[in-house]
Amino acid sequence: MLIDARNLYRFYGDTCAVADLSLSLEKGEILGFLGPNGAGKSTTMQMVCGNLAPSAGEIRINGIDLLDRPKEAKRHLGYLPEVPPLYRELTVDEYLDYCGRLHGLTGARLRHARDEAKARCGLEQVGRRLIGNLSKGFQQRVGIAQAILHTPPVVVLDEPTVGLDPIQIREIRGLIRDLGREHAVLLSTHILPEVQTVCSRVMIIHRGRVALNAPIAELERHMRASSLILATRRPVDAGQLKALSGVHDLEVLDEPNHRYQVYHDRDGNPAEAIARLVVEKGWGLLELTPVRHSIEEIFVDITRQEAA
Amino acid sequence: MNALVIAARELRSLFLSPLAWCILAVVQLLLAYIFLAQIEYFQMLQPRLAVLSDSPGVTDLIAVPLFGNAGVILLLVVPLLTMRLIAEERRNRTLSLLFSAPVSVGEIVLGKYLGVMALLGLMVLMITAMPLSLSLGTHLDWGKLAACVLALCLLLAAFAAIGLFLSTLASQPVVAAVGSFGALLLLWIIDWSVTIDTENEKVLGYLSLLRHYENLTKGLVSTVDVSYFVLLIATFLILSIRRLDYDRLQK
Repeated sequence: MLIDARNLYRFYGDTCAVADLSLSLEKGEILGFLGPNGAGKSTTMQMVCGNLAPSAGEIRINGIDLLDRPKEAKRHLGYLPEVPPLYRELTVDEYLDYCGRLHGLTGARLRHARDEAKARCGLEQVGRRLIGNLSKGFQQRVGIAQAILHTPPVVVLDEPTVGLDPIQIREIRGLIRDLGREHAVLLSTHILPEVQTVCSRVMIIHRGRVALNAPIAELERHMRASSLILATRRPVDAGQLKALSGVHDLEVLDEPNHRYQVYHDRDGNPAEAIARLVVEKGWGLLELTPVRHSIEEIFVDITRQEAA
Repeated sequence: MNALVIAARELRSLFLSPLAWCILAVVQLLLAYIFLAQIEYFQMLQPRLAVLSDSPGVTDLIAVPLFGNAGVILLLVVPLLTMRLIAEERRNRTLSLLFSAPVSVGEIVLGKYLGVMALLGLMVLMITAMPLSLSLGTHLDWGKLAACVLALCLLLAAFAAIGLFLSTLASQPVVAAVGSFGALLLLWIIDWSVTIDTENEKVLGYLSLLRHYENLTKGLVSTVDVSYFVLLIATFLILSIRRLDYDRLQK
């Protein structure tokens, strides 16, 4: 168990940012940490990385208690905060050397670690440039390089793809997947596809509490909504559609363009039957798409289930 | 060891900004002017001094006033150097790099302190070089000069410790500078309130930076004065560590 956090609480004054949150992460896992703004993602990550002391609870990194023996525990940690901690007046090489020295690397090992991190983050060309002059994307990569420089078993990345262009995002996701093979990665984001493409497990938190902690397939199930969008060239007969087994209701979304929302059972999918009916009747099938929940709807969904 | 890594980065960042160069140049210019003025004054007095039996020497008339003035000028300058130490890192959110590295808060504070002390040490060397140059043509009172250098080192170490503490309090460098300037000036002038009440006088007099500094520059190296500075430095460094640790507990 590389990260083992139990019953974490964190209060800011009277506001409770994180309540009774437990978290565990093993080698080779990439845990996606999802939540709307202000859910307590960053607070939890700061606690796991020793930047913030929890009000209650315990945290073990690689079996070492972070609160009792912080110096030893932090050797096993690499952390990229929300705002990458960069010194703008240093060059990339100088900065990475400094980070390496803070982790006790010297001489040949330091050079090797620095070159390795630069290669992994695509920074070979900018080693001698000032960090302050780099674009946002490159600065973000320097931040990631800093977190993986000393090859820590645990890598914590707080919104690593913010501010990057689509190509860079793909590269960084690839990098994170690579990291996941040898390290345990804790990754926070509010972009749902990112979690689906990168993570092996997902943890959704809402108002400081864990709403869902499950393998990625479980999230897929939550994302499938129980409705379909149907568009046809000619108007359909609502009665015949509703008569199909599994279909509950039909709602007209757009009258002149014949767009409908078809509600159905959560477990079954009547798309096939609907398609056959529409074709048989010659209504002219234009579109038939399952509605996927957005992340906000999943939160609503999950929290509503909890309340029920 | 980690403290030295932080100190080296701090010193490097200081010299990467124009601030350190600018401060070194301005301080040197002002003190060189004062130094030359003192030499002129000495030359004017020389015929009269020659008649006196137990007359003050060249060290008393040139080096001691020079170090006295250096104390005042650096009181204005040190807050500018210490203001960024923690406040800027806090504002740029770079503190989390240190907090998540295997470095204790004590090492962070010590590293920052040593970094700024290295620059101030350089400044002391440059100031000392001026009276030292007189040894080419005359005999200096080496004991007295050594006492002056020790006094300036202790004074600057105290300034830096207070400045560092104020920097851990503030989230904006300028606020830290104003705060430490106020604190230093208050400690400088605290014994000005001349009271008839002797008990009060003693306490305020003991607190005064100026009084201890003057004792030392006169060549009177006593444990009372040296321990005053050591206590002051230790107190503010410990307070800085406590304050920075509090960041982690309550943000």
